[in-house]
Amino acid sequence: MAKIRKDQQRETPEMSTSSLPDIIFMFLFFFMMITTMKEVTYKVQISPVQATELTKLENKSLVRYVYIGKPTQEWQKTFGTETRIQLGDAFADVAQLEDYIVTERSSMKEEDQNLMTVSIKADKDTRMGVVTDVKQALRRAYALRINYSAVQKTNR
Amino acid sequence: MAKKRKVPGLNSSSMADISFILLIFFLVTTSMDSNKGLSRRLPAPLPPDQPIEDIDIKKRNIFVVKVNSMNQLLVQGDILDIRDLKAKAKEFIKNEAEDPNLPEVVMENIEYLGDVAVTKNHVISLQNDVDTQYQTYIDVQNELIAAYNELRNEYSQNRFGRLYDELPVELQKSVQKVYPQKISEAEPKNYGGN
Repeated sequence: MAKIRKDQQRETPEMSTSSLPDIIFMFLFFFMMITTMKEVTYKVQISPVQATELTKLENKSLVRYVYIGKPTQEWQKTFGTETRIQLGDAFADVAQLEDYIVTERSSMKEEDQNLMTVSIKADKDTRMGVVTDVKQALRRAYALRINYSAVQKTNR
Repeated sequence: MAKKRKVPGLNSSSMADISFILLIFFLVTTSMDSNKGLSRRLPAPLPPDQPIEDIDIKKRNIFVVKVNSMNQLLVQGDILDIRDLKAKAKEFIKNEAEDPNLPEVVMENIEYLGDVAVTKNHVISLQNDVDTQYQTYIDVQNELIAAYNELRNEYSQNRFGRLYDELPVELQKSVQKVYPQKISEAEPKNYGGN
């Protein structure tokens, strides 16, 4: 008959941690791949719009961004709570947009200049009046390739 | 004669810590920023000295979508829910039954596809109010683009048994000609409300 011995002291073998760095490196590479450094610090609040028919922006170096939204808390004192436009790192006026686009475009390589895309990142509660003003300014600046930045709609 | 020295084994136990630091750095700086969106093309600006001329488009060829400041839709004169917009737009663009109230169907010879019935002259006119919410505007754009995408998919499926995205580029271009995307946006006006 089998006898169950309980008195025998068993030791759990020590786990080898030598593969831990490899695992961490794997994570590291994953994050390095998907990471995109923030282009700018947002001075406006943007909760993105949702859509389903999205296309990916191909060449990041050809994309310039226009941010539209209400100033964030810390900027509300100086700039109020009205919807504002942010170009690069600063608040801007619609009137400055045309110049901004022209300067940005002239800093690109010549063969890339007509491939420039302007991505409009606007808050979902923005009134269309502002967006239309931006669009008209872009038309005047001949920046005709635009992209309405949006995120994938989740629940349908 | 040089003495042979033994290289002492490097202690690599801190490797994990170093990679942890790097990992945390990337975790913090990472912003899963969406670089996706709806791609559109704006029309070229009008020369300032040129008077705005009315392009003569037959009434049957225009599909008017108006959005007011309360985010309500008026499609071809009827109030419509946004959920029905796609179906209605598809019906308009396709005009299978050659309905005289829907855009005219023209036979056209398209490369790789031969003679195809195309509603070549149709235009979807989108008009929105100054106070329309941006999300609603994007919803409408999205539904219209979805209508085109579905039609292209259906056509590719029937003709080649494959989805539009899976076709080679030349064929995609031809299918684009069958259902050309024509969304025109009017200058914003005030429709009702304040």
